[in-house]
Formats: sequence, C-alpha cells, structure tokens
Amino acid sequence: MSTSDVNVYGSLRNRLVMTLIGGVAMLTLLSYFVIRNYAAHIAVQSQDSILRASVTSILDAAALRDGSVEIDIPYAAFSMLGTTTDDRVFYVIYQDDLVLSGYEDLSLPKDRSVTETAYRSTIYRDVAVRQVSASRTLIGADQRTIITASIAQTQDSLDDALDEISENIAIYGIGFFCLAVLLSIWVSSATIAPLKRLADSVARRGPQDLSPVAKPVPTEMVPLVSSLNHFMERLERSLKQSEEFIAEAAHRVRTPIATVRSHAEMTLQRVDKEENRQALRSMIRAIDETSRAAGQLLDHAMISFRADQHDYVSIDLVEITEDIVMRLRPVAEMKDVTIQLNTDAEVILLGDSILIQNAVRNLIDNALKYSPSDSVITIEVRKQPVTFIAVQDQGPGFQTHEMASLTDRFTRGENASGTIGSGLGLTIVRDVAKAHDGAVELSNNPSGGACVTLSF
Amino acid sequence: MRYLILLIISLFASHANSIEWEDKQLFEGAIGSQTISVISSTDTAIFAPIITSFLTINPELNINYYVASSADVYEEFQRNPQDYDVVISSAMDLQLKLVNDGFSARIEGISYPDWAQWRESLFGFTMEPASIVINKKAFETLKVPRSRQEMIRVLRTNPELFRGKIGSYDVRQSGLGYLFATQDARASETYWRLMEIMGSLETRLYCCSGSMIEDLSNNTISIAYNVLGSYAQARTDIADKIEIILPSDFPNTMMRTAMVSKHSLSIRSSASFLRFLTSSEWTKAEGDSYHLPPLQAASQNEQRSAIALEPGLMIFLDKLKRKTFIKEWENALIQ
Amino acid sequence: MKFLLIEDNEDLAHAIATRMNLDGHVVDHAISLSDAKAFSETVDYDLLLLDIMLPDGDGRDFLEHFRALKKDTPVIVLTARSQVSDRVSMLDLGADDYVTKPFDHEELQARCRAVLRRKSGSTQTTVRIADIEFDPVAGQLSISGSVIKLRNRELRLLEILINSPGKVFSKQKLFDRLFSYDDEVSENAIEVYIGRLRKHLEPSTLTITTLRGLGYRLDEH
Repeated sequence: MSTSDVNVYGSLRNRLVMTLIGGVAMLTLLSYFVIRNYAAHIAVQSQDSILRASVTSILDAAALRDGSVEIDIPYAAFSMLGTTTDDRVFYVIYQDDLVLSGYEDLSLPKDRSVTETAYRSTIYRDVAVRQVSASRTLIGADQRTIITASIAQTQDSLDDALDEISENIAIYGIGFFCLAVLLSIWVSSATIAPLKRLADSVARRGPQDLSPVAKPVPTEMVPLVSSLNHFMERLERSLKQSEEFIAEAAHRVRTPIATVRSHAEMTLQRVDKEENRQALRSMIRAIDETSRAAGQLLDHAMISFRADQHDYVSIDLVEITEDIVMRLRPVAEMKDVTIQLNTDAEVILLGDSILIQNAVRNLIDNALKYSPSDSVITIEVRKQPVTFIAVQDQGPGFQTHEMASLTDRFTRGENASGTIGSGLGLTIVRDVAKAHDGAVELSNNPSGGACVTLSF
Repeated sequence: MRYLILLIISLFASHANSIEWEDKQLFEGAIGSQTISVISSTDTAIFAPIITSFLTINPELNINYYVASSADVYEEFQRNPQDYDVVISSAMDLQLKLVNDGFSARIEGISYPDWAQWRESLFGFTMEPASIVINKKAFETLKVPRSRQEMIRVLRTNPELFRGKIGSYDVRQSGLGYLFATQDARASETYWRLMEIMGSLETRLYCCSGSMIEDLSNNTISIAYNVLGSYAQARTDIADKIEIILPSDFPNTMMRTAMVSKHSLSIRSSASFLRFLTSSEWTKAEGDSYHLPPLQAASQNEQRSAIALEPGLMIFLDKLKRKTFIKEWENALIQ
Repeated sequence: MKFLLIEDNEDLAHAIATRMNLDGHVVDHAISLSDAKAFSETVDYDLLLLDIMLPDGDGRDFLEHFRALKKDTPVIVLTARSQVSDRVSMLDLGADDYVTKPFDHEELQARCRAVLRRKSGSTQTTVRIADIEFDPVAGQLSISGSVIKLRNRELRLLEILINSPGKVFSKQKLFDRLFSYDDEVSENAIEVYIGRLRKHLEPSTLTITTLRGLGYRLDEH
C-alpha cells in the first residue's frame, strides 16, 4: 500500500515544531516587551535622578538677602543636563505662587506635595517632556517663603537609548528565536524518531511477518503499539484460519473424489462390457477435470494474492526448472515422453519464487498434456538476449487464429479435446509474467508442435 | 526692477518701525530668483565676502542681509521668526536659547564635533578668541601684559597712566560682552579682581567691538579688554598701531553660530547656506579677504578653549542669575 | 515390496491397497498416526504412503518424527492441499515426493517406482524367472547376462505379465493399466507394445502367447 492511499491530515512533527516555535515566538515577544519596559523604566529613573540633582542644586543656591530672594544658579545645574542628543531644557522658579524666573508657561503639577519631589511626564510646547519639581522653604528673620524649582527636559536621548536597547533586545531576541527554532526542530525530530522507527520497522517487514513489535517504545506509544500488536495477532489468526479452511475444504472435497476415482478404476478392471467401460472412463476423466480445475482455481487465487505482494528475491530459473522437471519425469515416463533440458549454468532473476515455480510447472504440464507418446519435450533456459524459458513439444501445436485469446481465463485450445485441463494454465503463466514485467509468447514449430516462451 | 526695489524698501520700512538696523543690504546672485533673509550680528563689511562667494556657487539665490546688535537680533527674531530664514549671531547663549525654545529647524547630515553644534540646529562656524588689544604707543616704555594677571599688575603699578584709558564691553548692553564676562567669571576669580581695578580706573564702557577699536586707534583709550581679535585684525589700516594679545592664563573663544528658522519658507536654500558656512569651502577662496577665523582651521588648543554649545549657557540668561551677576559686575566696575 | 499406507479414509485406502496388490506389493494399512507409529516401529517397510490430514494429527508431524528417528525409508505424501502452498514444506520435512488427491493410480505407481529407484537401488526387487532377471524398479531386463533397457510401457507390460505368469490378460485390462484415461489411443496400441516386448524376449525361454479373442499370456518353455 502506498502513502497516497492514506488520508493525510497535517504532520505531527510540523505541528510539534509549530507549537514549539509559536511558544518561543510568544516568549520572545513577551520578554522583548518586558525587557524594553524595564529598560525604559531604568532610563526614566536615571533621567529623573539627573533632573532632581539639577533642581536640588538650584534650590540650594536660593537665599534670602535683605528680604528678597536671590538665586545664583550654579552653571552645573544646566550643564549636567547635557545629553548626546542635546535635549531641550525648560525650567521655572516660583516664589510661593509667583514666577521668579524661567519659562512662565511651564506649569507645576497640581496635586504636588511641598515636601516631596514630584516627577511627571507631560507635554510642554507640543513636545513630550519629563518634569521634576521640588520645593524648599526659606526662612528669614521675619519671613517665611517657599521656593519651587521645576525642570523639564525632552526625551530624545531617552528615546534614542531606548531605540538602541530595543534594537539590541530585538537582535538578541531574533538570535534566541533562531536558536530556539533549531532546537525545536531537533527536539521534534528526536521526539518523533521512535514513531518513525516503528513505522520503518513495520514497513520493512516481509508480507508474512505478523509477529508483535518487540522493541521497547516510549510510554506514549504503548497504546498504539499494543493495538497494532493486537491487530496483527488477529490478522494472523484470521489468515491462518482461512488458510486452514481452504486446506480443510480441499481435503474434504478431494479425498472423496479420490475414493470415487479409485473405485471407478477398480471397477474398470472388472468390467468387460465395452459401453460400461466407456462410461467409467468418462467418469474418471470428469473426476480428473474437476480436481484439476479446483487445483488451478486455488493456484490462480494464490497467484493473484502473491502478485500483489512483491515479495521478490533473487532466484535461479535453472534450478527451479530442474526441480520441476525431476518431479514431472515420472509422469513423462508414463507416456514415454523424454524431457530434454538445455540451460545456461545459472540464470538469476529477481522474482517471487513460488509464482515462478508455478508458471514453469504449468508450462511443462501443458506440454506433457499435449505430447504424444514417444515424443520429446525440449526446454531451454537462457539469460541471453533476455532471461527466458521456452518449452517446446511435438504435439498438435496451436491454431493460428486462437493464439491471442489462449491466455485468457478459461479458454482452451481447439486441439485440447480429450485432454484434461481447466484452461487456466496459460492464464496463470501470463499473470506471473505480468507480475514480473515479463511476457508470454506462443508459437508453432515449423516441424510441428507448440512452443511457449516466458521471458522476463 | 524698480518695482522690486520699491518692494524691498517697503519691506525694510516695515521692519524699521520695530528695530533700528545697523545695516541692511541685498546681495543678488547672477540669476537670483529666490531670496534668503539673514539676520546677523556681524558687520556687513566683514561678512560680505562670504556671502559673495556663496552666491557665486549658488547664482540662483539672493541674500538679504540685516545687521543688528546680538541682543536686537535675539529680540527681533523672537518677535518675527517668520521674517528671517537664517540667524547668525556671536551671542552663543541667546542662539542656544532660541534653539531650546523651538525656533530652529533641524539640518541633518552635517558631520560636526559635539561641542560645536547643538541639536543639529545650531552650528558654530568661526573661532574667535576674546583678546586684550593695546595701543602700542601707550606701552612703549611698559612691559606688554600677556595675561590677566600681568594686566592687573600693569594697571596697579601705573594707575595714572591708564585712568580713563581702559575700554571694555558694557555687559548690560552687549550680549557678547555679557557672554565673555560670565565665562571669565566662571573660569577664575582673577576676573573680579581685574574688574575692581578697572572700575577704580574709570573704565569706559562700549556697546560694540567696532567703536572700542576705533577709540583705541585714535588714542582715546590705550587698552581694550575682551575685544574680538578678529575685528581688530580686520582693521588693516591700524594694524601697526595696535597689538592683539591672547591672554595666556585662560583664553575664551567664542563661536559665531548660525541656525535656520523653523518658520523659513525656503529651508532647502537656507540649509545650503548653513552647510556652506559649516564647510571649509568659504575659507579657501580668496585668502586674505576673509577676516573671520574659520572653525575648520582652529588648532587643538583653540578648540579646547572654545565655549561649548551646551544647555549650561542658558544659566546666565536667567533673570535672577543675570540680576545677581549684573549687580556684582556693577559693584565692581561702577564705583 | 512392503508398503505402509497411512490413510484415514478406508474406502480410498482399500482402493489403493487393491491396486498395489495387483502390482504385486504387500500393503499394510494404518488409519491413524498412532497406528502408523506402531506399524513403522515393528516392521521395516520399503515405502510409506502418507496422508496429511489424519484424525489424530497432522501427517507432517509424523513425517518429522519419522525422519528424526533416522529412518530413510522413502515417503510419498498423499495430499489434498493446494500444490503451491504445501509443496515446499513437505519436501522440506523430508518427503521424497507427493501426489495430489485425486490421483491417477498409474501416476502413483510411477512416482513410487521413481522414488524407490532413487533411494534404494535395485537388488532386492529383482524377479528371476527361467533365464531372465527383471528389475522393475530400475527398468532392467537381463537375459543370460545381457542387459536390455526397457521403455516405461514395455516395462509396465512385462511387470504385469511377469507378476502372474500363465494368466491370461485381456486387451482391455492391459490397456487400462498402461494408459491414462486422457490418452487418445485405441486398445489396439497394446498390440504395438506386445510386439516390442516379444522382440525383447526373443533370446529367452519366455514367450508371450496370443489367445485370440481372450488376450495375452506369458509362458515359459
């Protein structure tokens, strides 16, 4: 059975790979966002701490002198805010609720506590800024005033840093992802391997091997393997049963026939009247034809079955032919027919030995059947120009017009009258030839007699 | 043509209402069709060769060149940012604030050292050290001071010789003067000692380098402190009368900076003018006719002394900080 | 010769035994494997005819057991099974040949002869009458020391006649025993073989007498 007969739905390995890759992709994305968020958090924190230092240095420089506030803002308060992308800086300084200096339109966060440093991200002059605000209470001789400083800075540098970090994370992420994909493929293959091994070992089996799978398998495959074993056991049992049934049936049919035949033969010995003798002879012929037909039908069924199995091994056609000739020789001798065997030393071909045996036996059987007494059957087995076996008799030969149809099922030649046969002999030969990509050729000798050539 | 002139005059007139121009001039390219307006604190005479050389390369452009003090340039541009394409000023702090406050366009693709540019918007293109310029005649018998310390010594030992004969910027009026003063004050306490001496000797205060050098050349003053050497050098007619000294203790080098207005309608052309300024192209041609020392030609030492373009510059523009500084300065210099 | 026939179908066994007796063989009949074991252990047979399906087991098991006892008596299996499937296993188990039921008795005879010829040589089967020695297994006839090789039907004819010298055999009877039922020959073909055999026997003291209307008889002078 080829894989094209199987209804395929997806691939376990691909599904496993896809699931693993999907999981990894999700993890990678997730970790990308988590790390990026974390980096953003840290970047904002570091910007916050610089802004706070700047605010603190401004507040530290504030002093009450003669009742008015003086702030000698240190140069460092701003120069420390220098960034690689030259972020813009905005600031404002309040005394209580009055703007003392800086960008008057830079507002303070409303819910701010005076004692705490306030951080916020906001929009100022259409750009996103990070703003840090803090206050300090100045106490003079007879006055008490709150100075508030607030510095806002754009986040270009932060964005740049984040972009760079994101890019790095992305590169690492992609690297990690690729590695994980390779790993997933490897893991999937490793996981699927026992299944593949099982499939291979089942596929490698010969057609007759229905023994249970003995190799150890992973736990997950136990149900599959045990039902496979169970299935094969049932199959084997049922095959055995039907084989035994056929054998039993043949036995049951053939044994009584054999008895009848023997009795008929015996009776023939004792009967003298010619018409009775004729009747007995016809009876025996009918019995023979029946049993032969039954035999060939069984053979033909067997051949059809085996031809599908392609259980091919390398076999020697010469050896097979010699065996069969030896077995048929007693039958030939009964008719004083000589079998002449001309062969090469060995003719090796790839095929089903039982099929080939059957075909060769049928060829010689046929020749024997149609051979007259004291004649010769010549068998040639050669490997050149192609591997072939040719069987030639000195019988009546084929009728020219029936050569094409002779290998059809149940067709017998016109010259077969008086010869027992079911007409399946040549059909069997043809089927075997077909199973081996070979051909059967029928011809008549110029000197008389039929010649059948089976070539591979 | 007459119509164009009329138009230009009327344009000038409209500005004349709000600002007093030191100079205004139209430079026309050979086939000039588009006009860039440049507002600058640099005298036309000094800047003209640069413009001319730019228009040679870009004949399809005209340049309208307006000159005002650096403080006026800042004020005027902030008021009417849509009227000008390029802003050039020697007041680095004010220029930086303009950029910080979002008036500038980003010009990408100029490879420039970090200290000489800010936000890819503000670019320094000259290196002009603050210098002490003396009238040679006044120092015929005296040792020429090479540092602020030596200048203090000379003034202390010869108070009568220099009373009323010292010139310096009025930092309340001159943006550049304020910049130099604050940078001096940052660098060393020597500055305040010098200011006290100068205050006791009735120092004359000037709004601009030009008039200070003029007075130096006609012997009204003998020594000018924190003058732009480049301006003095430009006066080849008095070159033999004066000497330019770069203080050896701590030099302060100013960069003339340029930026393109965000509101400019011809950003592409303005950017090409800016690129021209930041390239070394204008420094090569015609040799001596330029009096501005290009940034590209600055030595390592000069570069190190440059006032960097960084947000710290804005500190001295703070109202409170300025008030405190001016008060201190007045206390020292005006007695 | 002494044959052991192991066959549970008594009718068939009887028929086979009768035919074998006609050919001059002694046949013991066992109807089960246990009988067969008992017989084969006490008597030395020249040939075993073994059915496969027996009431108390499989004939192949007996065959295996029999061969395990190192007995090399020839065994011909009588099988009702398909020729394809059982052939190999039976020959592998040590059967010398097999016939598929139903079989032509002549074929069984021929196979028995072929197997005996292959296995046992010919010394014990030689028949001596008058001045001839006849070995039906080898198919050899020697008259006063000179050996004649007989063809199969000549040999069969001589065998029939020599088993009952002096008995008259009708043409029909001889025909039935010499030819299969599918041979398209007339009973007159017997005359050809009688003629050939007479020629072979010429130098001897044995003659085949023709009794017109009755048949033929082997006589010794």
